[in-house]
Amino acid sequence: MSASTLRGQTFSVGYSLLFFGFLFGPLIIMTITAFNSSSFPRISPWECFTTEWFGVLVNDRRLMGGLVNSIIIGAGVVALSVPVGLAGALALAEIGPKLRSALYTVLITPILIPGVVLGISTIVFWGHIGRQLGFGYDSVFFNGMFLTIAGQVTFISAYAMLIFSARLQRFDPTLTEAALDLGATPGQAFRKIMLPFLRPAILSAAFLTLLASFENYNTTVFTILAQSTFTTALASKVRYGIDPSLSALAVIIIAVTLIGAMIQEAHTRRREAIVTGRASRSRLYGNPIGRFVAHPATIGLLLIALAAVAIWRGSLHDATVCKQEVIDEKRANQQRFLEEQQKRMKQNAPAPQPAQPGAPQGTKNPSPFGGAFGNVAPQSPDAAPPGPPPAQNPSPFGGAFQGLSPPKQ
Amino acid sequence: MTKDVALDHVTIRFGSHTAVDNALLTIQGGEFFSFLGPSGCGKTTLLRCISGFIEPTEGRVLIGGNDMRRVGPNKRPTALIFQNLALFPLMSVAENIAFPLEVRGVGRKERRRRADELLDLIALPGVGDKKVYELSGGQRQRVAIARALAVEPDILLLDEPLSALDLKLRHHMRTELRSIQKRVGLTFIYITHDQGEALTMSDRVAVMSAGVVQQIDVPEVIYDRPRTAFVASFVGETNAISGKVASQSGGDVVVDTPIGMLPGRASGGRSYAPGDIVTLFIRPEQLAVGEAANAPSISCTVVKEEFEGSVRNLFLEDKGIPLRLSRVNSGSEGAPLVPGQVVKASYNPEKAWALPATPEA
Repeated sequence: MSASTLRGQTFSVGYSLLFFGFLFGPLIIMTITAFNSSSFPRISPWECFTTEWFGVLVNDRRLMGGLVNSIIIGAGVVALSVPVGLAGALALAEIGPKLRSALYTVLITPILIPGVVLGISTIVFWGHIGRQLGFGYDSVFFNGMFLTIAGQVTFISAYAMLIFSARLQRFDPTLTEAALDLGATPGQAFRKIMLPFLRPAILSAAFLTLLASFENYNTTVFTILAQSTFTTALASKVRYGIDPSLSALAVIIIAVTLIGAMIQEAHTRRREAIVTGRASRSRLYGNPIGRFVAHPATIGLLLIALAAVAIWRGSLHDATVCKQEVIDEKRANQQRFLEEQQKRMKQNAPAPQPAQPGAPQGTKNPSPFGGAFGNVAPQSPDAAPPGPPPAQNPSPFGGAFQGLSPPKQ
Repeated sequence: MTKDVALDHVTIRFGSHTAVDNALLTIQGGEFFSFLGPSGCGKTTLLRCISGFIEPTEGRVLIGGNDMRRVGPNKRPTALIFQNLALFPLMSVAENIAFPLEVRGVGRKERRRRADELLDLIALPGVGDKKVYELSGGQRQRVAIARALAVEPDILLLDEPLSALDLKLRHHMRTELRSIQKRVGLTFIYITHDQGEALTMSDRVAVMSAGVVQQIDVPEVIYDRPRTAFVASFVGETNAISGKVASQSGGDVVVDTPIGMLPGRASGGRSYAPGDIVTLFIRPEQLAVGEAANAPSISCTVVKEEFEGSVRNLFLEDKGIPLRLSRVNSGSEGAPLVPGQVVKASYNPEKAWALPATPEA
């Protein structure tokens, strides 16, 4: 009995660990690589603790320009899709049941259509309209920002509509009737009764549409034309080769998400305690200090202050000494290795030298990873002859784990 | 200032379904008027029509002599208290009560003063800053009334507002509503399916069935002199005995029933021909055990007796026709009756009504 419980517990703990490892492992690894001075994002070998990749990130003009574009597009998409989604949800709530299912299908279709199709059709549609109206290629109809907003709104407003629909289903229509009966005009009834009820839905719809706009790639990559958003800039950066500044970006995003989630959690708990009336009895909310500490604003300020201190301390950190040491050490290793090699070559000079398959040739490193894997290819010009005979190689991995990297060029 | 409400041949149809059929009545200013009927009889539709949410298909609604056609609910001198009260959950009690003033552009201070005044009127001083969900059912009830009164309406419409309350509170709120009505002197139009509410509170009651107003009168007359079979069977308990008219002289009718020739009254000055099919309605409390002088009696078998506190219900049966007899539990009714025993049940023929078996068109 107890043995089987123990086994069950072990299993569930092990399973949970695996599960969370699967979920958060990549994030943790990525976070660590952001602080390694190695020019390829990796944990081992650990070189130096550095904050330089944040600087590299901030100075990446293409990425930062894309970020600004993304923010503008996001604001535009929120401003358009929230009212459009609300109007759609209100229409759905008002019309008869037969028309409702038809309208619902129409409104939901953009979500089901592949984003690529939406992107292309947006360009074609607005381009056609622009040309029909006699506008040139410098007009708004051929502007990547405008087209991206237009293209994203077509399906993101359907997300907003779904959120509003869910909330409206819980709305008691007699409240509107009561307001009318008490002398309110339909406009007043909407503003004073319906909108306050929808406020949480408006906030979550705004947040969700902003996220959806920000992270959208497959529609945006077409509609943005010659410009770039944060996502498309990121994608092209990955294509041309990555460095730990992307990890630095991930760290920033994770930090922002965590801070937001913690403030939200504090807010939810406080609200729940107040609504259920447990606030006065609870240990945390019962006394003024606890109440102050647990207030979402306090927590928010605290977290932001912590982040600010981290940024300030990080900006002061200087890793040049450590990096120089690493370079020196590498040089010394390289030197030692070369000497050993030359010694071996002298001993084996008469021996035949079969071409090593895949062995690096020439002085330039051909690896697309720029020696990321600690390649032991001969780098100095006087190591021009082909690599050492395989039989003499001390390790099947070519010394990959001895941390031997090509010296800086 | 109170105003009459007149329904001038009001008919309301939804597609092929007639919810209200040719309602013709006048509600006097300052009256407590109830519509009583089972659910689905059209009483709520009629109320929504008076408050302006539904336009009549035919006929007119007149308030204070003015035709209300195309006058929206926010422009009518009526205030409706909804069945679920429809208090605004996101507002405090005072904000709820002051809502009609807010939409009329009354300043914040004046609104608060009025709200506190109305809270005093409904005997709930000092709850203005509470949230609606912090109040009990009866308190919410009164807040809904205060909010409706803040409109300063001429007519207050109430749509089964007590149905969600428990029994004791419901009884308390009956007297409370009645006293509020007396205090403010407004016309109250009250919708209910509970005959107890209608009979205790109202000046006059209209009984409705299937969209048709069956009878409009003071509660005593509704109970004692029902004009249709529906009113007789819906309002209060009754024994229904079908039969054929044997003879009629003036208002007195003799009905030939399976349990003998039973005398009764023809309601509403109706005259029957011998052989007309009628139902004779006798209230359980009009039946008495034993024979009495000048009173007709039925001899029947005791089925069982039930004790119900203030009354004892005696279930009798004769030739397959069940009869119910109520005796006040005064302690002087003698030995309990045993099932199978044969007794005589007599009644006052002045309080027995012979009504056409099917409701008149």
